[in-house]
Amino acid sequence: MPNILVVEDSPTMRQLISFAMRRLPNANVIEATDGVDALKKLSTSKVDIILADINMPVMDGLKLVSLVRGNPEYKEIPIIIITTEGAEEDRKRALQIGANDFLAKPVQTQELLNIVKKYLGMK
Amino acid sequence: MEKESLLMKKAEEFLNMFRKGEEFTKALLKENERLRYRVAQLEEALRQSKNEARIRHYEEKIRMLEDELNSLKAKFKEVEEENKNFAQKYIEVEEENNNLANLYVASYQLHSTLDYSEVLKIVMEIIINLIGAEKFAIMLIDEKTNELVAEATEGINGDMPRVKLGEGVIGRVAKDGESYFAEAMLHTENIDFQNPLVCIPLKIKEHVIGVIVIYSFLIQKKSFSPVDYELFNLLAGHAATAIFSSKLYTQSERKLTTIQSFLDLLKEKPRR
Repeated sequence: MPNILVVEDSPTMRQLISFAMRRLPNANVIEATDGVDALKKLSTSKVDIILADINMPVMDGLKLVSLVRGNPEYKEIPIIIITTEGAEEDRKRALQIGANDFLAKPVQTQELLNIVKKYLGMK
Repeated sequence: MEKESLLMKKAEEFLNMFRKGEEFTKALLKENERLRYRVAQLEEALRQSKNEARIRHYEEKIRMLEDELNSLKAKFKEVEEENKNFAQKYIEVEEENNNLANLYVASYQLHSTLDYSEVLKIVMEIIINLIGAEKFAIMLIDEKTNELVAEATEGINGDMPRVKLGEGVIGRVAKDGESYFAEAMLHTENIDFQNPLVCIPLKIKEHVIGVIVIYSFLIQKKSFSPVDYELFNLLAGHAATAIFSSKLYTQSERKLTTIQSFLDLLKEKPRR
């Protein structure tokens, strides 16, 4: 049963991503509203993949990625960045700091599902 | 002498007999050769007739197998075609599912609160995250002045000018209630307030309460997808209802608080 952590401050976007993720077989979705909340959820649940926005209050997605990558316990967890910043330099920056993949908004649900399936080793 | 001639005669007879024996042996050998040749001929004929039968049998079998192969190929093609159709249908159903999920989430969020500022925030979130707009404004009609006034903006620096009802693209959309889509690049750095890329009326039935004006989309958005138009339609109706009802609710809440304070004040007075 894959545990998917969705980190997004916008309730609409969070619900949209969670809704899509729940369509994966046996997926369990954990929601977090910002980076700090995500770290709390990481400490209490086993997470298989993180889907995170970049622009969030309290702690943004980039900071979250660097903290996750710096922690030996979580550093192997795949991280997918979902953001409105669609320029090539944004993509490069996200990948440079340790994100595994990058998806620009508006999110195409099927594309997102395909990426998540890829990292979870699902067919 | 006589004895000698008798011996010679006997020798002659023996030689004749021997010659006859030789001839007979030769004839026998020849006959044997002929018969062996005949046997070989017959054996060859028999083998050939067997081979021919076998070849005929194999040819028949090959024909049957070829027929079977052709029929299987035809069936395979049919199944392949059917599979392609199913795969295409599956993709279409998945896409439809995804679109419905987006619409469901948008609609659910729009009606999840009666707080006016929260509703505006949700409308903006939908426009940014689901439609992919970068620079836009939500304008509502001021009934007193008959002008469209910006209630919320995103990516727009400075004040958004008021627009008279019926004036320009925005004013006409607010007056006629018909959506406007410009045929232009979806992403632009410079804003021309009078010429938006998209203008959607916010309608409650046929009554327009305002418009959503989009000047630029996110750089990665290259074109509109079918679900974008569905979302525009959804926003035209549901966002209008949500904005209108939350505005009324917030106003009535404010009035109720004022009246309550006034009543409390009146109740307090006799005690003094």
